[in-house]
Amino acid sequence: MAPRFFCGLMGPQGATQSLDAAGIDRAMVRIAHEIHEKNPGRLADLVLIGIPKRGDTLARRIAAVLARDHAVVAPVGVLDITMYRDDIGSRASLPKPSDLPGSIDGKTIVLVDDVLYTGRSVRAAMDALIDFGRPKAIQLAVLVDRGHRELPIRADYVGKNIPTAPGANVKVELKEDDGAEQVLVEEGNG
Amino acid sequence: MTSRDGRTTAPGSLLIRGGRVIDPATGTDGVMDVLLSDGKVAKTGPGLDAGGGTIIEAKGLVVAPGFVDVHVHLREPGEEGKETIATGTRAAAMGGVTTVVAMPNTVPPIDTPAMIAYVLSRAAQDGVVRVRPAGCISHERKGEVMADLAGLKEAGAVAFSDDGNSVMNALLARRAMINTRILNVPYVEHAEDASLVDAGVMHEGRVSLRLGLAGRSPLAEDLIVARDLLLAEATGAHLHVAHVSSRRSLEMIREAKARGVPVTCEATPHHLVLTDEAVGEFDTSAKVLPPLRSEEHRLALIAAVKDGTVDVIASDHAPHGPLEKEVEFAQAASGMVGLETMLPLALEVLVRSGAMDLPGLVRLLSSAPARLFHLAGGTLAAGSPADVTVFDPELAWTVDPRAFSSKGRNTPFAGRKVRGRAVDVIVGGRIVVRDGGLV
Amino acid sequence: MTTVDSLSAKDLLGIEPLSRDEIQLILDTARTLSDVAKHPIKKVPALRGRTMVNLFYEASTRTRTSFELAAVRLSADVVNINVQASSVVKGETLLDTARTLEAMTVDFIVMRHGSSGAPHMLARNLKASVINAGDGQHEHPTQALLDLYTVREKLGSIEGKTITLIGDIQHSRVARSDLIAFTKMGAKVRFCGPPTLLSADFGALGAEVHHDLKSALTGADVVYVLRLQFERHRMGLMPSVKAYTQQYAITSERVKWAKPGALVMHPGPMNRGVEIAPEVADGPTSVIVDQVANGIAVRMAVLYLLEAGRTKRAAAGGVS
Ligand SMILES: [Zn+2]
Repeated sequence: MAPRFFCGLMGPQGATQSLDAAGIDRAMVRIAHEIHEKNPGRLADLVLIGIPKRGDTLARRIAAVLARDHAVVAPVGVLDITMYRDDIGSRASLPKPSDLPGSIDGKTIVLVDDVLYTGRSVRAAMDALIDFGRPKAIQLAVLVDRGHRELPIRADYVGKNIPTAPGANVKVELKEDDGAEQVLVEEGNG
Repeated sequence: MTSRDGRTTAPGSLLIRGGRVIDPATGTDGVMDVLLSDGKVAKTGPGLDAGGGTIIEAKGLVVAPGFVDVHVHLREPGEEGKETIATGTRAAAMGGVTTVVAMPNTVPPIDTPAMIAYVLSRAAQDGVVRVRPAGCISHERKGEVMADLAGLKEAGAVAFSDDGNSVMNALLARRAMINTRILNVPYVEHAEDASLVDAGVMHEGRVSLRLGLAGRSPLAEDLIVARDLLLAEATGAHLHVAHVSSRRSLEMIREAKARGVPVTCEATPHHLVLTDEAVGEFDTSAKVLPPLRSEEHRLALIAAVKDGTVDVIASDHAPHGPLEKEVEFAQAASGMVGLETMLPLALEVLVRSGAMDLPGLVRLLSSAPARLFHLAGGTLAAGSPADVTVFDPELAWTVDPRAFSSKGRNTPFAGRKVRGRAVDVIVGGRIVVRDGGLV
Repeated sequence: MTTVDSLSAKDLLGIEPLSRDEIQLILDTARTLSDVAKHPIKKVPALRGRTMVNLFYEASTRTRTSFELAAVRLSADVVNINVQASSVVKGETLLDTARTLEAMTVDFIVMRHGSSGAPHMLARNLKASVINAGDGQHEHPTQALLDLYTVREKLGSIEGKTITLIGDIQHSRVARSDLIAFTKMGAKVRFCGPPTLLSADFGALGAEVHHDLKSALTGADVVYVLRLQFERHRMGLMPSVKAYTQQYAITSERVKWAKPGALVMHPGPMNRGVEIAPEVADGPTSVIVDQVANGIAVRMAVLYLLEAGRTKRAAAGGVS
């Protein structure tokens, strides 16, 4: 096996914290605010759909802020995109159940993911979503946009833009999933 | 001069010097020289003079009578794609075998004097070791009408067998035995009751059950052995049971021998070394008849070799091509090549295991089969044919079917690390294998 | 977190080569994939561009259709090779057939064959993944997987349960695969049938061997009835079909010998009134119809996980 696949693990790591717990919290508040701003008259049909594993956690947090700050009750769903990926087997590829809150026909969907990178996950998510019904609109919210898009995809709501080197690794940790609460950028040396 | 088996003898002399000479027929076992002259063994003893002839240094090696394999399928005529007399006898030479008894289940089968003559003439042309053909017991090997046994013997048959099948008709078996007794030629039975084996393709037991393959019960062998022992006892014929594999059959043979029934039998290296577990996940190279059996039967076979119930070791060399073997297990042909692996496997399972000593094994490979089948050779006594196998009992090598001289690659021993190999092989005073390679 | 996330082997030739974790993985994945049937669009693109061949040397509409639906729901292309109509009957060897398929760059070959070990031979000679859909009297792994799935769905777990299979065990590939599958997952397997159709050697393979139906059913959580082949009588393996029925048919009276609520299963097709009474086959604890439905999800999982394993091996630089 070529060792270069593992040099990121083997080399000394320079991991920089790009967002702390307060920063993530502020991002959630701002995204909720922007969703509220951007969708006047459609708030009743708003559905937040997270892409596991951390996107669904973020979707639930945004929904909570929408309810708290804007009195908007947006149902939250989980969308598994494993069967829609174009890279089966190359990473954790076990399908998990999707859980959508009822029909998505005519709804305004905000897809929520942790990191926007190549855009392939979002492409898969849109394909998956369309197999479930015909939403009125699909918007995209991400905690981090790290650049290096490979598809013509752009986020509607971004918590933080973090320009990164192609070899770098952006690690989002949320207390529900990981115990810790931060965004780290690990510089790759590949 | 040309002898009956088609070998010409070499003029001049050959001295095999300083090896451990083992000749069970004369009770010889010691470091000495063997002098061959004009196709015969001239003398055995220490410090012999080469007399200007060729010298083979055998220091550290064993010098034995050339091996006699009484169960070999050369496939010629009719199935030359699997083996020919040329390739089969070269495989024999590489295995240290200087005389093969060629089984008659060729296409067409060797059931007439003319067919015997044909095989002998082909052997004289292409063979590098002595070929002694067996003739069929029945016409066309169909088990119905008896073949011309006297004519077959006259032409050169040294045994009679419908090998591949049992003679299922008891009347035919009985009459054939009466005749083979008169002719003083062994009656060789492939003992498996065809009606009982039904569609079985491997030993009936835990492994066949696991693989969902139809089993062949050892009872099929036992039934024919029991019948034949009764017939041999009644007729006085020399019954030779080929490739015995069943514990119960061995018990019956042991008991019959004790009563003086004229029965002998052979064991193959594969039945001594392997069990039905070798079939693994449907490995057709481990498909053979009678089938590889369970450990219980294998241990019984080793014990029977040890106590003398088994008289000879024979390879049942049965080459097949990919067409016959690279198919579904049930459809695959039965049999495996064995000439080139017989010596190391026998050394492993019988000598290094402590079951017997080296002279004991040499006897089972040379003097015993020669005596039972009334063949010249099998001894280094002065005046005997100059058939000698010089082997290194410790030489380590890995079985690689691609390197076989046989056309057959069908062996379950591929990749096995073994010890023991023929180094120099002499047939009628001619060197056919030198330093482990064909001359 | 499961310890495995794909199948390690190229092929699915039997239950025997699968680890307990791999079986668990297949069942869990099947559970998730069963949702696809509930989507408005009953398919996902996971195996788009892949080709699966159904190579059936024995007719079995049920199994063939189940594999076909599984492949279609994963967006694979399916080719059914009608063996009677193809060259395989005209003396073409299995290996020839295999090489022809290889040349067509097929990804999955689902094979049903009357000869035990036939898929193994094919698998050794092909880069494609071979899935055994029943070989002779050897194995029928996807049947055993769907049986495990059904029991787990209905009883909550497999571990500690007692499964009794009744009938012609000797000639049944379903019995062999179920024996290995259920014992691997911690259940106890009992076999019941007349001695001619149930060798005592099965004890050495891990089954409890019974010839008396009542003792075999007492305490059983699952009553699994096998199909009876009438030709067994002609072969002298049972005195008569009637005698078999009198002793071993599962009737509504006899099913009470098992635990209350015990599941009734059958791999199909059934001989109603022979090995199983109609009122049992259609009874409240019969899950025979569920078995059929679950078969699709389980086969989807197998296809998907074989593909995941293959992609993973290719990425690791191994030869697939
Ligand atoms: Zn034979």
